[in-house]
Amino acid sequence: MADNQTSLARAFLAGLWQENPVLRLILGMCPTLAVTTSVQAALTMGASVIFVLIGSNLVVSLMRNLLKPHLRILMFTLTIAAFVTIADLFLKAYQPAMSAKLGPYIPLIIVNCIIICRAEACASKNGLLVSLADAVGMGLGFTGALAVLALIRELLATGQIVFEFGRKVALVSLPDVPLFRMAGMAMPVGAFVTLGLMLGLVKMVTSRQS
Amino acid sequence: MDTFETLLLGFLGIVIVNNLVFTKFLGICPYLGVSGRIDMAFGMGCAVTFVVTLAGALTWLIDHLVLMPYGLDVLRYVCFILVIAGAVQLVEMYVRKFFPVLYDSFGIFLPLITTNCAILGMCLFINLWGIDNLPEAVVLSIGAGLGFTLAICIMAGIRENLELADVPPVLRGAPITLITAGLLTLAFMGFAGMIR
Repeated sequence: MADNQTSLARAFLAGLWQENPVLRLILGMCPTLAVTTSVQAALTMGASVIFVLIGSNLVVSLMRNLLKPHLRILMFTLTIAAFVTIADLFLKAYQPAMSAKLGPYIPLIIVNCIIICRAEACASKNGLLVSLADAVGMGLGFTGALAVLALIRELLATGQIVFEFGRKVALVSLPDVPLFRMAGMAMPVGAFVTLGLMLGLVKMVTSRQS
Repeated sequence: MDTFETLLLGFLGIVIVNNLVFTKFLGICPYLGVSGRIDMAFGMGCAVTFVVTLAGALTWLIDHLVLMPYGLDVLRYVCFILVIAGAVQLVEMYVRKFFPVLYDSFGIFLPLITTNCAILGMCLFINLWGIDNLPEAVVLSIGAGLGFTLAICIMAGIRENLELADVPPVLRGAPITLITAGLLTLAFMGFAGMIR
């Protein structure tokens, strides 16, 4: 039992830092770079990914004994596509503005390497509970990395963090100085360079530790 | 003449101005992963161009002949990914049977292409932009593939030279590649707004 709990905890914690999908494994770069112009968009994306990851990990874990090797990837993709359709329809119904803003990046979760990688590396070999813990940990790690990147980019591009629930609410507002009005941060170049520097920082921290 | 002009503008637009890699962040995984050597990058680009053309045409046909008339829009994503996976499988089998030399050189990339976001992304964009004739969909798909090839080859060329540069140890590998990619998008932003 104790052994079981430690493996659960390990599966959960690995995704947060040790095997963080974005910062350590460098998986799922497309949404990471594309939706991080605002914190709210990043969090919505993160929530969708957590939902799809939990769903696909559970289903794959349940059918792991039925899988044929050559049809494995196809079954994974179809499972993921079904859950992504659910998430997409849910967002269209309850968050239409956000759904329009994220555009094709929600359906593109289907080909997000993180999800297929977890299905292959964890869910197809482990039981339900470990797969669930792994999905939640990986999902939270992904969301955290996205949120940090979006925070930096939105703050430096517009000087404020804006959330929209029916009406716009600015959570943080910084003074109107050139440092906080870098238009480049909202453009692709801001995404690539900020993420590059973040990865460098992570590498520096981990090399200090070891 | 008018349609020819639309096609040409659309083609140039997607290759240079709205390049999927530089402006839409699609296909970033192979763009960062397989851009180490120029010949491999070119092989990957060719394979992607081929599959995206096939997939773009097939998904457009399925979308307009099956899904839309019968109100099956819910099944769009499942159908698209099935078509792409099937197309990749077919191409792999065909190339292995008839062009074994070619298969040996880019055979390893073919399974990877199923999970290349540029392909699914292009199929979704064709649907999102409301492209309503087949020739335009095909031309845009070819353009998307060529744009990807262009981006990945430029990147591979830079990275081959980057190996000779003195990069700070913490930035070696992925970080410097991302920063280079960022500067490259800055160069391509010079084309922004030229078409559409």
